[in-house]
Amino acid sequence: MARMKFLCDSDRCIECNACVTACKNENEVPWGINRRRVVTIGDGKPGERSISMACMHCTDAPCAAVCPVACFYGTEDGLVLHDKDLCIGCGYCFYACPFGAPQYPRVGNFGGRGKMDKCTYCAGGPQQDNSAVEYMQYGANRIAEGKLPLCAEMCSTKALLAGDGEIIASIYKERVQQRGYGSGAWGWRTAYREELPA
Amino acid sequence: MMRLAMALVLLLPLGGAMAQQDSGAPAGGAPSVQSVAPEVGSGRGGTNNAQQPSSSDPATQTGGPRPAPIPPKPRVAVEPIVAPPPFTARSDTDATALEAQRAEHGGVIEGAVSIPNQAAGILVQPAGRDWRGFRTRILTIAGAVILLGTVFILAGLYLLRGPQRIDAGRSGRTLHRYGAFERMNHWMVAVSFVLLGLTGINITFGRTLLRPVIGAEAFTTLTWVGQAVHQFLSFPFVIGLMAMVVVWARDNLPSRVDIAWIKAGGPAAKGHPPAGRFNAAQKALYWFVVGGGVLAAVSGYLLMAPGLLDNVINQQWAHVLHGLMAMVMMAAILGHIYIGTIGTEGAFEAMATGRVDYNYAREHHSLWVDERVAEARRLAAGAD
Repeated sequence: MARMKFLCDSDRCIECNACVTACKNENEVPWGINRRRVVTIGDGKPGERSISMACMHCTDAPCAAVCPVACFYGTEDGLVLHDKDLCIGCGYCFYACPFGAPQYPRVGNFGGRGKMDKCTYCAGGPQQDNSAVEYMQYGANRIAEGKLPLCAEMCSTKALLAGDGEIIASIYKERVQQRGYGSGAWGWRTAYREELPA
Repeated sequence: MMRLAMALVLLLPLGGAMAQQDSGAPAGGAPSVQSVAPEVGSGRGGTNNAQQPSSSDPATQTGGPRPAPIPPKPRVAVEPIVAPPPFTARSDTDATALEAQRAEHGGVIEGAVSIPNQAAGILVQPAGRDWRGFRTRILTIAGAVILLGTVFILAGLYLLRGPQRIDAGRSGRTLHRYGAFERMNHWMVAVSFVLLGLTGINITFGRTLLRPVIGAEAFTTLTWVGQAVHQFLSFPFVIGLMAMVVVWARDNLPSRVDIAWIKAGGPAAKGHPPAGRFNAAQKALYWFVVGGGVLAAVSGYLLMAPGLLDNVINQQWAHVLHGLMAMVMMAAILGHIYIGTIGTEGAFEAMATGRVDYNYAREHHSLWVDERVAEARRLAAGAD
């Protein structure tokens, strides 16, 4: 199976937030939770660049390593998913995550966190594929339908790429070669220990 | 005929009015839409027979003293505005290099977000990797070494040296040592501390030790209950700690006697060096528990309410402080439990009944006994 990854080409991202909206709509994400967000570095200054960021589905994921109840599991596509029935909302995964991906609905005691929610790569969770209960807990399961995550599918400038890591890396390399510049694949060194030429 | 004439008379003024209205309409053959003709009137050209408008500033009278002309303003030095580099010359931001640099030297890659959660502006925080190392390696290994090491040392102490007996044997007479409030407060803190410690150990080690034994579902239920217990019991623990400060701080202030006690060899001394109500080791434990308890409580409450620390780096540090403090405190309290129960004959009843054997008190807290006896004598003398 392919190793699925995300890649955001910040030289193409126009900060339209369509990926954020698509994610929220497709997965019925509750108010206040952002599985995906767009961060603009050097906002308003020359050379500013925007990066769409969500869970990167890291190789050797830190969240999975620190979870006190071991609720994370990997899929054969290399995705990092979690079981909300096992999560206790302690917040450890948020401390460890380099990308700030884990989100909490904040419904527990003392301003606590509730069950963690994060990008599933539109691959649902451990429940039966495309069942109502899976949709309730985790949102859409497009991967089971043979589709890619909606954020990347919707991207108007094709800045956000999702799919087989090798394929999207080669697409990006080709772009950099053609236009002569590129700031590199944001988060790839941290998430996949892989460096793409800028 | 007459009626027709009357109608005509009535219609006549009407017809006149209609004729007047028609006169305003363009003549036949003229285009229905006409361009706006420039207005010609006074002061706007045309026939130059209208009165000229007066100038806004009246003419200066000739012959009078002329006002001094306003001198031109001196030049103000203006900093030249540096033109930004052209947009095409993009900043040489390189994601990989930036991440490597942050991973090496700390710091985060940060930007602006348009969502309410401004903390989400942190794009990459490589410090999470270090915290992961702390949580999975440093805390677990150091914690295991500290806790197991303490247990081993205490077990060795018990097996090799055995419990410390009352040298003179029990006298059969007892001395009042702790009041009901002191004891209740002590047990409130003790029970909450033990449960806080056990649930904390479960969070740290349970995944490796307990989860494979009882299964994922049962372990989650246990840990879920455990973290609730951990949060709720923090309140009696902290309240009890504050009460301990109120009732015991005065007796725990360091004094010269403590230096002599330590110089004599402390707990390992031959014979029993004199001590007040609390000896130097007890005082050290007291201040350690108060200080460490406050640190653990503050860091714990910060973790409990994640909104208080919106920066993930601060949350990591709060956890590091909380975890390390808890491990060291648990080791210290293990020693305290050993000495207070099986380690020293006659010690446990102080906290159980509030009274200790006279000989125990004379050996371990001679100065305090002198004080109590003197006070009792004074009271007895006063009663006479």
